[in-house]
Amino acid sequence: MTNSWTDIRNTDLVVIMGGNAAEAHPCGFKWVTEAKASRGAKLIVVDPRFTRSASVADFYAPIRQGTDIAFLLGVINYCIGNDKVQWDYVKAFTNAAYLVKEGFAYHDGLFTGYDEAKRDYDRSSWEYEIGPDGFAVVDETLQNPRCVWSLLKQHVAIYTPELVERICGTPKDKFLKVAQMIAECSSPTKTMTSMYALGWTQHSKGSQNIRGMAMLQLILGNIGVRGGGMNALRGHSNIQGLTDIGLMSNLIPGYMTLATDKEPDFATYMSTRGFKPLRPNQISYWQNYKKFMVSFLKAMWGPAATAENNFAFDYLPKLDVPAYDVLRAFELMNQGKMTAYFCQGFNPLQAFPNKAKIASALSKLKLLVVMDPLDTETARFWENHGEYNNADPSKIQTEVIQLPVTCFAEDEGALVNSGRWLQWHWAGGSPPGDAKHDTWILAQIFLRLKKLYQNEGGAFPDPILNLTWPYKNPEEPTPEELAKEMNGYALADVFDPNDPTKKILEKGKQLPGFAALRDDGTTASGCWIFAGCFTEAGNMMARRDNSDPDNTGAYPKWTFAWPANRRILYNRASCDINGKPWDPSRKLIEWDGAKWAGYDVPDIPPTAKPQDVGPFIMNPEGVSRLFVRRMMRDGPFPAHYEPFESPRVNVVAPKVRGNPVARVFKDDMAQFAEPESKEFPYAATSYRLTEHFHYWTKHVWVNAVLQPEFFVEISEELAREKGIEKGGWVRVWSKRGEVRAKAVVTKRIKPLICDGKPVHVVGIPLHWGFMGAARKGFGPNVLAPFVGDANIETPEFKAFLVNIEPTTGPVA
Amino acid sequence: MFPPIPNPATKPVPPKFGEQDLIRRSASRVTPPAQRQTEIAKLIDVSKCIGCKACQSACIEWNDTRPEIGVNTGVYDNPHDLTPNMFTLMRFTEWVNPETENLEWLIRKDGCMHCADPGCLKACPAPGAIVQYSNGIVDFVHQNCIGCGYCVKGCPFNIPRISPVDHTAYKCTLCSDRIAVGQGPACAKACPTQAIVFGTKDEMKHWADLRIEDLKSRGFQNAGLYDPPGVGGTHVMYVLHHADQPEIYANLPKNPTISPIVELWKGVAKYAGLGVMGFAVAFGFLHHLVMGPNRVTEADEANAENLTGGNPS
Repeated sequence: MTNSWTDIRNTDLVVIMGGNAAEAHPCGFKWVTEAKASRGAKLIVVDPRFTRSASVADFYAPIRQGTDIAFLLGVINYCIGNDKVQWDYVKAFTNAAYLVKEGFAYHDGLFTGYDEAKRDYDRSSWEYEIGPDGFAVVDETLQNPRCVWSLLKQHVAIYTPELVERICGTPKDKFLKVAQMIAECSSPTKTMTSMYALGWTQHSKGSQNIRGMAMLQLILGNIGVRGGGMNALRGHSNIQGLTDIGLMSNLIPGYMTLATDKEPDFATYMSTRGFKPLRPNQISYWQNYKKFMVSFLKAMWGPAATAENNFAFDYLPKLDVPAYDVLRAFELMNQGKMTAYFCQGFNPLQAFPNKAKIASALSKLKLLVVMDPLDTETARFWENHGEYNNADPSKIQTEVIQLPVTCFAEDEGALVNSGRWLQWHWAGGSPPGDAKHDTWILAQIFLRLKKLYQNEGGAFPDPILNLTWPYKNPEEPTPEELAKEMNGYALADVFDPNDPTKKILEKGKQLPGFAALRDDGTTASGCWIFAGCFTEAGNMMARRDNSDPDNTGAYPKWTFAWPANRRILYNRASCDINGKPWDPSRKLIEWDGAKWAGYDVPDIPPTAKPQDVGPFIMNPEGVSRLFVRRMMRDGPFPAHYEPFESPRVNVVAPKVRGNPVARVFKDDMAQFAEPESKEFPYAATSYRLTEHFHYWTKHVWVNAVLQPEFFVEISEELAREKGIEKGGWVRVWSKRGEVRAKAVVTKRIKPLICDGKPVHVVGIPLHWGFMGAARKGFGPNVLAPFVGDANIETPEFKAFLVNIEPTTGPVA
Repeated sequence: MFPPIPNPATKPVPPKFGEQDLIRRSASRVTPPAQRQTEIAKLIDVSKCIGCKACQSACIEWNDTRPEIGVNTGVYDNPHDLTPNMFTLMRFTEWVNPETENLEWLIRKDGCMHCADPGCLKACPAPGAIVQYSNGIVDFVHQNCIGCGYCVKGCPFNIPRISPVDHTAYKCTLCSDRIAVGQGPACAKACPTQAIVFGTKDEMKHWADLRIEDLKSRGFQNAGLYDPPGVGGTHVMYVLHHADQPEIYANLPKNPTISPIVELWKGVAKYAGLGVMGFAVAFGFLHHLVMGPNRVTEADEANAENLTGGNPS
């Protein structure tokens, strides 16, 4: 989230699209009901299904799954066409005026530089024109046909309400009503918040779905302001922490990236990071990358990381592929190239697409270690559970080790919520049986590995032997010790760079924030964005002061928000070019003539003059990007692409199937149904229900009572067509598998008229499996396709094709 | 936002109400207390409810019941009805508004309404099995319950359920045990959107007015409070978007009243019945005097064995 849960109460319009906040985030949804009840805010829901969020919405519009970009570009087109643009914001705070290089173009669904064989672009033309002064060239009048604004206008012009209806199945009048309600928020005193979740991310163009809304929010001037923002609703209670700490194969903590094998040394690695400003006076905060990186390496390897060995940069692995994401991991496993797998708090047999492929891959492993508080399906993949898991244990040689761990309520530590708040919590109970904390288990594995390397040597034992392990009890580091390490500390006295005689931090002290980080090895910090969370003043994450001066919703003394306890990112953009709030009734910070101050920690150096320094300090432009240059693999603008399995061909570009640069493994393409398939005519989507949390709560009696049995949801029209009865049994199958389910026949799903013909939606909730207290059932991932987003490989769980027919119940 | 109920005290607190605050007791007379407690109420704002069932879950947890894991019958309602183990239930209705042709998904939390004039209590023949406190709570006292099921017939909302295990009647207690120590009902505590709030009845009516105003501003011209006068008003009230048609919310009665049979049974019939019973007692006594006591014969014993299948129970 750019903003926070508590800030949603400041909004005028909530748009829930690509998510279902009432259903999947009921506790956070309280801030929506609060905005409605106290501010008179309106709520719009756009979804293929009339969800529980829709049940309390002011306006609901249906949309076919996987067509959000067409809808969003349609709204942008509407805003531009009807002059519903916050011009002062767009001109000052976005790259609308920047000129794009000659040569960049978009034709027939493809941007310049496409290579069909590689399924990739040569992105060199997706850049600004750079002037002789080394800065990007701009045209403040926005008249130049090569400026971003002109290109954007041209790019979105085809997305008329008629085309939106044709693609999305959203009736024109409903689309126009939504567009008009959104467009009202182009006023500087009206804001809209976007609440989205997996309904946008779980597509082969998930990142571009989010770009589409981010661009719309910039055009309306809604980023950086109270009640605005792009608010990703994170699913697991600590999934935000997972990304912050870099638990992806290509990340290291604080959104830094691992080197690739084309960056064998530190100098080459640094040359493509630490961006130089693209406009005069801009901060381009990533210029401090080296400070973050060196401090991270010092936290990892302490005295073994020296200036001479580039702070042990060589200890880090180098990637030979863009990422070892989960899809790639299971592909490699299935090819027999990955033979051992540690599965910590993760249930891939249920949670990843094409269950048959996942089961086949697990069966080829030599060793599977499952660390989980629950007896998961993954841990039991080898066990026969009839039609629910038709495995033959005699043919599976994988050794499976289950290590029972504690659950969150038996742990102490911080969870990072969607609003980037690191909230410390305390253990509410003791672990049952032999369950151990994850940290204890990992410490044991590390200490044993280290001993083996010590005794037997190895090809390159240094990263293991030299790893910093300063914990009082090496067998079990405490959450406090780990938190202090992530915050960071001074390894030597730290001096003011502007006055080298002035000592600002003594050796051994906790860092007050990331501004104190140095690139000379005198500071260590495990995760630079967390700096400030555990300082000499104590554990900031454990703060529980819920005072909120002037009811801004910031709650600045409640726990700690990264970065720097800032509650709303880019908050400098809440003021105009002269530093005055766009909406005085929603003041956040303000320029008082000498400095920035207010309710939130300014997201700008406190003395940076408002006319000189742009609000988007992480970008080398200092402004936000409507045109994202070469930073995304599938285009500098979003464009409409159908899902890989779609009931319609792409009407914008009939030759393009799916996202043209999404990675597809060889054997998987053959397992996709053709567009407009006769064999698989129905558009399926998967989702969660309030009664359950993922695959966990089916193990809990109470939740199992509230939603006991696997079902699918279909319209009354489809039910009539296929002779399916409410509460009867159905068989649903895709090109990859089949499930048996109860049928919920509902008015909440309606056929969508796309390109003149109806598309029937089949809704498949995901909470059941063959372990736990609830009735045994299937999950949608028996059916879902094995393909991910072009940029980050999140699987396309939300849009695929199936067929359905009535059937009989399972044999008891 | 409605002010939340403060967290519980860490030390035991004396109960705020008890036996001395009873204003009604089934099949018995009570002397109403001189000092009445402030009436309390739970307000369920259907327009804020997202149907998450946190209330159901909190109810199960607090009352420590164990409803069975059922099946799906093609709807979201689970369990499918109130049971002796499920005192509250989200009832989902898919309703197409004929005026706008828009679908409205009406979700109503069903459960005991804690009527000011409780039909269950009036119908109950067991002394002290159903009681009403001066704050408005209608509670069941299980050790006094005989499981006759008259409360089910007496209830205009079809709420109480008889347990096949202990043969006594169960329903929502309005968390009388929590309220006695200054807490709110478990469902209200768990509700994430403040669709359930709890306070004095006056506070709730005032809060409902604000909600109704907001709903009217959004085009729900018939938004209103459900506090039916036919049962003297209730201590569980609803804010409805369509208060003119409560029946669209899973058959919420438009004008609930106590069944005339119960009124009759507790009115004229009660005294007539007492007369009949008095006559029966007198007749029995005379019969005893004249004919002597009844004796159980061996044949009677054998017949009884046959009836119970040889089981002495």
